[in-house]
Amino acid sequence: MSTATVDVIDLLAGIAPGTYLSEIRDKRPQARENAQKSYQALFEPEVPGNVTSLERYAIATFVAGLHRQPIVVEFYERNLRKLDQAGILGAVNREVANGSTEGPYGRYPQGPLTAEDQNGPDYRVSAESGSILGPRLSAALEHAHLLVFRPRDASAAALQKLLDAGWSTTDVVTLSQLVAFLSFQVRVIAGLRTLAAAHEQAVVEIERASVFTTVLASGGI
Amino acid sequence: MSESILSHPENTEPVIFTQEELGWLPWLEPYPADQLTERHWAGLVDASRSKSPYFLLLARDPDVLQARTKTDKDIFYNTADGLPRAERELAATATSRLNGCIYCASVHSRFATQYSKRKADVQRLLDEGVTADIDPRWNAIIDASVSLTETPIRFGQKHVEALRATGLDDLEIVDVINGSAFFNWANRLMLSLGEPSAPAQASANA
Repeated sequence: MSTATVDVIDLLAGIAPGTYLSEIRDKRPQARENAQKSYQALFEPEVPGNVTSLERYAIATFVAGLHRQPIVVEFYERNLRKLDQAGILGAVNREVANGSTEGPYGRYPQGPLTAEDQNGPDYRVSAESGSILGPRLSAALEHAHLLVFRPRDASAAALQKLLDAGWSTTDVVTLSQLVAFLSFQVRVIAGLRTLAAAHEQAVVEIERASVFTTVLASGGI
Repeated sequence: MSESILSHPENTEPVIFTQEELGWLPWLEPYPADQLTERHWAGLVDASRSKSPYFLLLARDPDVLQARTKTDKDIFYNTADGLPRAERELAATATSRLNGCIYCASVHSRFATQYSKRKADVQRLLDEGVTADIDPRWNAIIDASVSLTETPIRFGQKHVEALRATGLDDLEIVDVINGSAFFNWANRLMLSLGEPSAPAQASANA
């Protein structure tokens, strides 16, 4: 059962109950509640299936790291550390550095859009990390990198690699949801943080203006 | 046998962004429609989705699908006090255009056109890409969606200011953020679990 009573997006975006942005989020109550339920279904599943918690948090730490979102990385990393007895975290962090690039890039089906094709790295887990992560988690990180940076390069062959590494069809669905959900979650968090900062700045400017007006009115200048 | 890849050698993939109706063919075996349990039906949310190979494939992890679908619906359909539906669909289309999801862009460009009645402007986003110069408000929504979609995320104060300058309040900006962020979820599923099929084939595959 779920132990997370804290809304993870609020937590990581720094939104306290009753604040300006919390009230805005309340206007989309189903979106808010179900973003949290998505998180719970992926990280605290009632029916866990074959994808382990260690795998889920390792992939999440990797995906958050590729997005260069330190607050989100720290959150998933803390959970990974609790489960990790084999140096997985160290290998994941090394792979975040190895996999670092910018996206989205990739190719289109041959045709008019080919002019928009953009080349970029075809990421592979290093041999050193692969020996720690094992084939199943290594395949997952390679697939996660594909989805994060060049989703239009996805292919049936990429899914075959996952099946070959021991991911079942249902496991692949869970893995895909995990990476895709995280791509959503980090963007909501980054967007809300930016908006909160813009709001605070606006409030400071209004206060400054009102102090100035008061000073003017009092004949202080 | 569900543990193997499905291939579609007869399929002709669309090679341009279009507002026409496309089909979608899965690369993995969808959950068998005749074996759906109560939990799967709850995951599908709408019973009609049991006809879709995409939703039946996602139904293999039904709890995630259910939460995903309810998140989606509130972000796009709950227009109380917020951004008009047309502009949420514009954010979805711009995101799909940048990520390169021809299928997602086809569905949501049709919705953008339906709600805005601006088919030619929507088509310019598809044809010219995310740098198309449409009008200040649509440009600001497209730029915000693009900056949020890039990895690493580039969305910043200047995007908030540009949205405000064209009349969006902060709830409407949250609707843009949610719409674009959600399509970073949807694009990655659609692009990686199957392939689109061309308009002529769509009715046969739907």
